[in-house]
Amino acid sequence: MIDFDSVSRLYGDRPAVADVSLRVGTGEIAVIVGTSGSGKTTLLRMVNRLVEPSSGRILIGGRDNRTLPAHALRRGIGYAIQGHGLFPHRTVAENIATVPSLLGWDAKRISARVDELLSLFHLDPALFRDRMPHQLSGGQQQRIGVARALAAEPPVLLMDEPFGALDPIIREKAQEDLLAIQKAYGTTIILVTHDMDEALHLGTRIGVMDAGRLVQYDVPHAIVAAPATDFVRSLLGAGDRAFHLLSLSTVEEMIESGEAPGAAIPADMSMRAALSESLWSRREALPVAKDGRVIGRVTRAALERRGAGPQ
Amino acid sequence: MAEPAFAASRRALIDPLGATLAAIVAIAFLFQPLMLLRPNRIAPAQGAFAWEALPGLQPMACGIITALVVLILISRADARLRLAAAVAGLVGLGLAVGSGASHLLPPGSAYARVAPGAGAWLALFALSLATGDALVRLRLSPSGRIAALVVAAGVLAGFLASGLWSDLSVLREYASRSDAFLRELWVHAGLSVFSLLAAVVVGVPLAMLLRRVATLRRAALAALNVLQTIPSMALFGLLIAPLAWIGAHVPGAAALGIAGIGVAPAFIALFAYSLLPIVGSTIAGFEAVSERTREAADAMGMTAWQKLLRVELPLALPVILTGVRIVLVQNIGLSVIAGLVGGGGLGVFVFQGISQTATDLVLLGALPTVAMAFAAGIVFDALIDLSRRQETR
Ligand SMILES: Nc1ncnc2c1ncn2[C@@H]1O[C@H](COP(=O)(O)OP(=O)(O)O)[C@@H](O)[C@H]1O
Ligand SMILES: [Mg+2]
Repeated sequence: MIDFDSVSRLYGDRPAVADVSLRVGTGEIAVIVGTSGSGKTTLLRMVNRLVEPSSGRILIGGRDNRTLPAHALRRGIGYAIQGHGLFPHRTVAENIATVPSLLGWDAKRISARVDELLSLFHLDPALFRDRMPHQLSGGQQQRIGVARALAAEPPVLLMDEPFGALDPIIREKAQEDLLAIQKAYGTTIILVTHDMDEALHLGTRIGVMDAGRLVQYDVPHAIVAAPATDFVRSLLGAGDRAFHLLSLSTVEEMIESGEAPGAAIPADMSMRAALSESLWSRREALPVAKDGRVIGRVTRAALERRGAGPQ
Repeated sequence: MAEPAFAASRRALIDPLGATLAAIVAIAFLFQPLMLLRPNRIAPAQGAFAWEALPGLQPMACGIITALVVLILISRADARLRLAAAVAGLVGLGLAVGSGASHLLPPGSAYARVAPGAGAWLALFALSLATGDALVRLRLSPSGRIAALVVAAGVLAGFLASGLWSDLSVLREYASRSDAFLRELWVHAGLSVFSLLAAVVVGVPLAMLLRRVATLRRAALAALNVLQTIPSMALFGLLIAPLAWIGAHVPGAAALGIAGIGVAPAFIALFAYSLLPIVGSTIAGFEAVSERTREAADAMGMTAWQKLLRVELPLALPVILTGVRIVLVQNIGLSVIAGLVGGGGLGVFVFQGISQTATDLVLLGALPTVAMAFAAGIVFDALIDLSRRQETR
């Protein structure tokens, strides 16, 4: 869907992005992670040409993104940034309607779409449609920012640290919303973050940027199990590697038959949470339930084996 | 603990601003002449206190109304009651001045003049402030403030049309030159408004150009600043020689009305004075639009024009309008000087009055100028509030 083909961007003679090639498949969530100044934002902004590459090219759906005029290209690409960037002089509804009205949708279709999106983000349309951005909480502003980016149902969504300013609880909620929306619309997403936990949680693929270079681009499991460089390893955090690994899979794939005491855990619980539960409740084995029925058990010993690194 | 509570309760009994204004009203009534009487329009005046100037029981009515207004203003009455008192005071003052003029004017004398005295002006000043203060406390919406202005203009027009004031000296001056007055009033308003419009038409695009080039912007703002420091009289005068030369030597210029004296130098000077505030406030307005907001407009796929019209201009508008307000009020005042260079306007009466030492004629030019500037300020303050959508709604 999106192909970066040897893309570089120089500022003066310093490369902000150096020779990056990567491919994001349709419906994937590619998360670009790296420390501040590593070139993530520059890489992202080259997709909708807020920044032009110094060399290389970017293909979207097989077409060079320079074939369309920039403004026409951007109307087909959603863009959501940290701190939302809402228009302060426009109501919530007008903000969300920005791209549809640029595309010339009729008023009825626009207002139906606005209400649909507000409901999708758990905001009562009757209550929020006519509010001004300054009358919203930070979390609400952030949701309106994402709703605005999605308004014209773009096939591609770019997000630059979209959850950076949110407190942990609201942030987790926003991440779940994003996953649900991605499922519902099948949108291809490139998301930039400096937070490896967020990357592991959201990404179908993770690209790690270091000083303008893409040092590893792979599925989360491979990133955790086989970090390509010391830099990737340091981003993962030396103390948490086993837990990162466990957090990537659910207990469903390791159910064995047998009995276990106490309350059952759901089959879609992550292995990390199951290990925690096993330690906390002092049980060597936990019963696992699916659709309200106990279907087997997981043992702490098995969980420990799944968290072990290579020898 | 007890002391602050005591202080608070004492403060609660009287209203500080109201008490000051009430004191001025009381002093005006008791110690200053309500009316001035002159045997002819340039002779020295003789004062008449309210109880000397008013016939029959009117001095007593006047005293009672004054006492009531003073008491209400001093007390912690709510804004509505204060407004009612101040307006009643103003209307009473208007009636008293009209009645005093008719009473004092010797019957059959064509030359005698009666004008409001220091007491009347002081009371007008204090009661106007009290009215404004009450309106502010009522927190009127922008349209509410314009409505209040319309009502005030209506009351004023009612007084003028009713003939109650027709014995006042200013209106005597008006009566003998009503055609000229209306003509100069329009010239005055036209000069102020059209020089402003020209400055907006030139200044806003100029500012948008300058905004992109920092060095050019500094140079232009410096040049405009220098222009602003030339005293207005001097600027009007400086323009006379070059414009006279252009009028005499450039073909067709004279036909356009360009000459050393007349409307052209006045218009050009006003335009020059208007340019800096318009350019400056436009630049400031655009700079107030955050980079993030601008970028969001780009990222949504707006063209440069759409970004300008839908995002940048609406966000810059309150600041630009603030500049326009300053310029309009300033132009209404400066247009008086046009009277010196043959440009017409209400300044004609002011300068005639000064040369004839006829105070009433000066007032005939000055009072409408003040009223116009005042009304323009109120209308633009309301417009600015309406345009500040992101904060008021
Ligand atoms: N407009 C610009 N002009 C000059 N240097 C820039 C510009 N934008 C980014 N850079 C530089 O490029 C590098 C990468 O920046 P950025 O892509 O914003 O990194 P990140 O988003 O990973 O924090 C930084 O060193 C930054 O200073
Ligand atoms: Mg960044």
